Amino acid sequence: MKDRSGRWATATFVTAVALLLGASIATAQTTDYRAPRTGDGNPDLNGIWQTINTANWDIEPHSAAPGLVRELGAIAAIPAGLGIVDGGSIPYRPEARAQRDENFARRLELDPEIKCYLPGVPRATYMPFPFQIIQSRQHVMVVHEYAGAVRTIYMENHTLPPAPTWMGWSNGSWDGESLVVDTRGFNGLTWFDRAGNFHSDALHVIERFTARSADILLYEVTIEDPNVFTRPWTMSMPLYRRVEPNAEILEFRCVEFVEDLIYGHLRKLPITPER
Amino acid sequence: MRTNHRFLSSGSITAAVIAASLMTANLVGAQIPNPSPADGYTVPRTPDGQPDFEGFWSNATYTPLQRGRGVSGEFYTAEEVAAIEARALERESAQTVPGTRADVHYDFTQFGLDRSQATLATGLRTSLIFDPPDGRIPPRTAEGQRIMAQRQEEAGLRGGRLDAVENMNLGERCIIMAGAGPQMMDAGYNSNYQIVQNRDYVMILVEMIHDARIIPLDGREQADPKIRQWMGTSRGHWEGNTLVVETANFNGKNPINGSTENKRVTERFTRIDDETMVYRFTIEDETMWTRPWSAELLMKQTIGPIFEHACHEGNYGLYNTLVGARLEEQLAAEEAAARKPN
Repeated sequence: MKDRSGRWATATFVTAVALLLGASIATAQTTDYRAPRTGDGNPDLNGIWQTINTANWDIEPHSAAPGLVRELGAIAAIPAGLGIVDGGSIPYRPEARAQRDENFARRLELDPEIKCYLPGVPRATYMPFPFQIIQSRQHVMVVHEYAGAVRTIYMENHTLPPAPTWMGWSNGSWDGESLVVDTRGFNGLTWFDRAGNFHSDALHVIERFTARSADILLYEVTIEDPNVFTRPWTMSMPLYRRVEPNAEILEFRCVEFVEDLIYGHLRKLPITPER
Repeated sequence: MRTNHRFLSSGSITAAVIAASLMTANLVGAQIPNPSPADGYTVPRTPDGQPDFEGFWSNATYTPLQRGRGVSGEFYTAEEVAAIEARALERESAQTVPGTRADVHYDFTQFGLDRSQATLATGLRTSLIFDPPDGRIPPRTAEGQRIMAQRQEEAGLRGGRLDAVENMNLGERCIIMAGAGPQMMDAGYNSNYQIVQNRDYVMILVEMIHDARIIPLDGREQADPKIRQWMGTSRGHWEGNTLVVETANFNGKNPINGSTENKRVTERFTRIDDETMVYRFTIEDETMWTRPWSAELLMKQTIGPIFEHACHEGNYGLYNTLVGARLEEQLAAEEAAARKPN
């Protein structure tokens, strides 16, 4: 790896500036709690975590509503939620708000979650599935149960994103008690939720993970995307530790579950009811 | 992942020789010994005091799983391996012939990172399997033979490979690739892995389809057998310098040479020098085979990072293959109708 350090010095500087700017926007809530330390002296955020909210349905405050699939009745109905957007409303540009409304109207056809696509950031964090943080000095891995989505957060050798991706390219650093993650390089194909809230490929996400107690992390996010929003905006929510002694990330390999939906019309013989 | 170790360095030959010399014959089942680090090599430790496997690794190899019928002996000489590998690399990176299937499919050398461009994990073995000593998968049980015949019959009833998406292979469908395992194997291309450790877990990220396997080290019991997964559920522990991982609870839908959902895998990872990990696995499946069998691969340190392998999200190949098959059927039907006398 040493042969590339010179080549990427400029990239590191750019990232460092970006992190400073981000830090000025997303300011960690003050807390007296001091997390235990890992072997290399950093706050220990290892564990299996999950949100308890309905943000994946709609990150803005919303009432309960019926679902889209009649046969599923109450199972697929939308639960109410207080929202996770600070201030309650996303500052859309007018044309972007119209796009969001159209996304919502056509969500059965357009929501990338329906096709088991990688969920992007920060949506992966507040989907109704657990995820695990595995820290070493060089890398912080975030492994999600949903679709086996994975994020590698580079704690060293920061670079610019090499190519657009679903989960973005994450550079991380420690700011006192907080893990600060700066993510860019999105492909613009992911959404924030099932309500059609969206962004473009100019999305820039700055996350702060701060331990508030042994089993709760505060998760604060700053969203920037001048193509879609009139100003940066923030969201925040607690992440709860899955404290079951046998807690474990299991497989939700959903590709198999959506094949008939995506490719079923391309069968040689249609599936008959008897099959 | 990009590096150009097209030829063996003397270092990798040395490592392979060391690994090879550690083996003894007639090993039974899971009683496979742990390899030792090379003489004078101290395995680096994490801040938590465990052997440090952190980094990026490749298990790309041309060594076949089973020993070729005409091949005798457990090992080649370094010269023989170099010659075999040079031929294989030349074949793999050869220009495709215009109009052939290989040409219509994207050229893996030009647009992918095939083995001719990867960090090769070359050993001297004539087969990855070293137990049984003949380097071959052991005979099937009577039940195993019955299951294989039944599967073949069921496959026939499902129709041709292009009749429906479920008939196509798991890799084409972006469900799981050969490299994921466990047992982890060369995946043909992108045979890259990232290992990240903390005190209580080892995580192995497989580049292909971003499969992350999380191995708890806390001595917990195996998961309830009602839980069945593509990659099973893994439990690990340290034995000196070696990470031992036992995996069960497979769903049986991703077999290796016919294995069933009763397959259990024991893996042993030992770092023998700075750039080499010896990786051994033992497969036990009493339903399919008359005895356990074991294989050894090397994993070579390679250059990161690993990029996102979003396979399913851009799977135009699968979609277009099915569209093409339906179109061919339609054209054939139209031609047949046109030939019919009025």
